[in-house]
Amino acid sequence: MRRYSAFAIAREAMRHHLGWERAWKSPVPKARYDVIIVGAGGHGLATAYYLGKNFGIRNVAVIEKGWLGGGNTGRNTTIIRSNYLQDPSAAIYEKARSLYETLSQDLNYNIMFSPRGVMMLAQTEHEIRGYQRTAHANALQGVTTEFISRQKVKELCPIINIDGPRYPVLGALWQPRGGTARHDAVAWGYARACSDMGMDIIQQTEVTGVRREGGRVVGVDTTKGHIACDKLGIVVAGHSGVMAERAGFRLPIESVALQALVSEPIKPVMDVVVMANTVHGYMSQSDKGEMVIGGGADNYNNYTQRGSFQHVEETVRALIETFPIISRLKMLRWWGGIVDMTGDRSPIISKTPVEGVFVNCGWGTGGFKAIPGSGWAMAELMAKGHAPLADAFSLDRFREGRFIDESVAAGVAH
Amino acid sequence: MLTFQCPYCGVQACETELAAGGEAHLKRFGPGSSDDDFEGYLFLRPNVKGVHFERWRHAMGCGKWFLAARCTATLEVFGTYPAQTTEPPADIIAAIKARRPDWSLT
Repeated sequence: MRRYSAFAIAREAMRHHLGWERAWKSPVPKARYDVIIVGAGGHGLATAYYLGKNFGIRNVAVIEKGWLGGGNTGRNTTIIRSNYLQDPSAAIYEKARSLYETLSQDLNYNIMFSPRGVMMLAQTEHEIRGYQRTAHANALQGVTTEFISRQKVKELCPIINIDGPRYPVLGALWQPRGGTARHDAVAWGYARACSDMGMDIIQQTEVTGVRREGGRVVGVDTTKGHIACDKLGIVVAGHSGVMAERAGFRLPIESVALQALVSEPIKPVMDVVVMANTVHGYMSQSDKGEMVIGGGADNYNNYTQRGSFQHVEETVRALIETFPIISRLKMLRWWGGIVDMTGDRSPIISKTPVEGVFVNCGWGTGGFKAIPGSGWAMAELMAKGHAPLADAFSLDRFREGRFIDESVAAGVAH
Repeated sequence: MLTFQCPYCGVQACETELAAGGEAHLKRFGPGSSDDDFEGYLFLRPNVKGVHFERWRHAMGCGKWFLAARCTATLEVFGTYPAQTTEPPADIIAAIKARRPDWSLT
């Protein structure tokens, strides 16, 4: 792999940019791999990357039904934060956030990590108490957050109307090293690094069945034929239920649509990420100047990657009260993704009833921020059979009643 | 936007009038059942991509719970029926088969 650098740009500028090579190869699948990962989104590619980097397992294929990073990795609002209440969540999200800090250097690919700060507005008395509690928990967990006053909110984000009649801003939970990153670049950077380690990224290939012998996985059937493997990682987000059925088990997951939208580009007006959970809306400004807006998820099972009009209206109506400046903005694009929700709104990184099959799913509405930490933990779990970051997120926590209840802690938009 | 006909009051209700209630026809397991059955009833869902039987409540209308058959891959609604049933009625199954000849109730 040719490294990207300022020198490489200068060199290519001298020869009409003819020397750039493809970022990753598109090989024909081999007959057998040590590990097959289903799903070439951020989580799947990060799993493959850390399998190679941390454990030297490089005979790996990542099989993708569509195109690389074309699912939820390309459909989120790119927010990165780790201000969670429960210890296992804070541990894995903070691992992810800290890996994001140096990911561009690690992958030699600019993922445009921008630690601009994330604030979660407290707009009710209940939220003030909740976020103060989270700030105390974060202090014990080693996650840097603080509860800030409404004056400080106004100082950090002058376009906020803190005196809204219906949703006044009473304070906020502030994580100064949270922020955003370029979502596609995260998938592309991991893919390039995986390909460089000799892993095969096989796109436009659907896994149609999982072959088992004596309760153990031996391979997968795909639209390009049978491929044998020792271990199988299912990292397919919204379609986890469909893949689990093919592997012969059920998951405590339901798939629903989550949607987001962006406005026309405007001059820079806010340099932080603002989340308002009371009104189910969050907003940041992209480097292009578009206001990126996310809302709540639909509450019925859905695989269509389409959202509902009334959720957009609900979200935008509430945000206009907090940000009067956006009331005349035109919206440019609007899209939906299928998210996999668990009952406690925490992910599943676990062994399954089928030996050799591992799942990484259930990230629900907040998977992007977790990509490096999720891949790190999943790779360790697949290589060694257990992982400190993943053990609390095992599948049997539902059976045993060990929930990691972030639905109470965050409710929405996490 | 999804619309369902409420089988009680006959109103064509759109999704803003309704509250979704998850999968229908769950077999309930209570005290004395095995751990497997209890876990399955409480948490595990087939989460089908295709024909899905589900519960809805006409929250902003007559307030009653009813059941519906809907395709989660296309959002097509095959029909609605009262909640006082333990399995989908024959006319709903016929309506689904007319649109999805390969489908069968498992």
